[in-house]
Amino acid sequence: MGPTLPSRVPSALSLAGPGRAASAAELPPARMDVRGLSAWYGQTRALTDVTLPFSANRVTALIGPSGCGKTTLLRTLNRLNDIVPGARVEGDVRLDGTSIHAPGTDVVALRRRVGMVFQKSNPFPRSVFENVAYGLRVNGLRDRREIAERVEESLRAAAIWSEVEGRLHDSALTLSGGQQQRLCIARALAIQPEVLLMDEPASALDPIATQRIEELIHTLKQTYTIVIVTHNMQQAARVSDVTAFLWMGTLIEYGRTEDVFTTPRERLTEDYVTGRFG
Amino acid sequence: MTSARFADRAFHLLGLTVLVLALGMLGALLVDVARDGLGRVSWSFLTGYPSRRASASGLLPALAGSLWLVGLTALMAVPVGVGAAIGLEEYGGRGRLARLAEVNIANLAGVPSVVYGLLGLGVFVQVLRWDRSLLAGAGTLALLILPIVIITSREALRGVPASVREASLALGATKWQTVWHQVLPMALPGLLTGLILAVSRALGETAPLIVIGALSYVPFVPDGPRSPFTALPIQIYTWVSRPREGFRANAAATILVLLAVLLVINGLAIVARDRAARRRSA
Repeated sequence: MGPTLPSRVPSALSLAGPGRAASAAELPPARMDVRGLSAWYGQTRALTDVTLPFSANRVTALIGPSGCGKTTLLRTLNRLNDIVPGARVEGDVRLDGTSIHAPGTDVVALRRRVGMVFQKSNPFPRSVFENVAYGLRVNGLRDRREIAERVEESLRAAAIWSEVEGRLHDSALTLSGGQQQRLCIARALAIQPEVLLMDEPASALDPIATQRIEELIHTLKQTYTIVIVTHNMQQAARVSDVTAFLWMGTLIEYGRTEDVFTTPRERLTEDYVTGRFG
Repeated sequence: MTSARFADRAFHLLGLTVLVLALGMLGALLVDVARDGLGRVSWSFLTGYPSRRASASGLLPALAGSLWLVGLTALMAVPVGVGAAIGLEEYGGRGRLARLAEVNIANLAGVPSVVYGLLGLGVFVQVLRWDRSLLAGAGTLALLILPIVIITSREALRGVPASVREASLALGATKWQTVWHQVLPMALPGLLTGLILAVSRALGETAPLIVIGALSYVPFVPDGPRSPFTALPIQIYTWVSRPREGFRANAAATILVLLAVLLVINGLAIVARDRAARRRSA
């Protein structure tokens, strides 16, 4: 791989090259914009000069082999990587045109606008209701009726309301794995973010629960800009509009999902999506 | 039988022997103390005041003093200790300063208690002029158990999974909201375990209290934090050093009372811990 790599890695500009100009133009404007982003954990480089827009009301899938930097990229979008000791970034990420790494950025406010669902469902050891209400409460909502309404609304939006309606005050830990993950999605939706980050949200779930999450993603993109990390090629093909392929911390290819999967420009992408490595 | 299985059996037996030996010694000690002192434990002993005659003596001032001490000590050590643990664990970096603090706290936990007594004598009794009060005693004991509280609290905080912190932060909670609403409640059982250890230690300490000048003859129940005081271990120490037979029985009876108090306090803490743990995992 080594010496031939640089010629295969497209520069950021070539992404908008003549071949793809038409398809890029079909995409709505970017809600989030990653520009020249590099990331490190201590001395280890995790991302190298990634430039990538995330279009509003579209699902962008980040794919690539383990350790390629997908999750790191995702976690720089709400600056959750800030809490990892030794993690640092260079370059810029913009949300609606405003840099989120600028000094003085209110990280708490940023995370209210950029919600996140984790790989392993991580409900708080509290009731179903309190799990969803927590985000509202820490954001200063006090009115009990309004909280109850928003909780129901969020649970409905996450397609789990009918299953938990009668057990809102049971512990969230009594729910099944798939229900817990949809509860975590409801929890993220409750604070009405603009962008929703999903880190392999279905990797720990059975096929039926996975299907429900995927259907949910379809519905949610009408309201949210979604970025999803996935190891599952079929899932990326099913749920996403745009796919970005990362390899060893570098963005190899980015484009409409059908193009990336059927007519990839890069050999590396083709090898990966056809399952020849990774 | 293969040699591996034989070794397994042998080790099992060895472990059992050591356990029986340890428990047996503890049991023998208890039986010995009970034989000497059980006869003296009575309502009038529990509610009586010290006297020149052994048979008329009671330990109410020492019992009350110990309860006061433990309460005040916990009041001082827990907020500071848990606060320090939160500072180190949740806010502190992984830098050189954090490591330095860590090493120092571990070392402080090993400092002889007499040294804390001297520190208490210098700071609380002399500089702050708290005299030989409960406040000075509790302050000294609080310093003594602070390292234990910090170390066990950090352990408890470390036991809370990172995913909970991330979930909370990702919802736009501040660091403090995350600690207060999610991390602390989940760490509560562990925090209470640490508290049990620390309070047990404080309840049994004698040397630092003697150094700061706790009295050995106190014919009254403390009426406030500024009151002079005695405590159960000091009462034991005083009575055991008297030559007359009756006072030895008194000392043995006091040991039994001290153990009972310890068991009750620990029992309460364990009940609280289990309830907290159940609520978290229900």
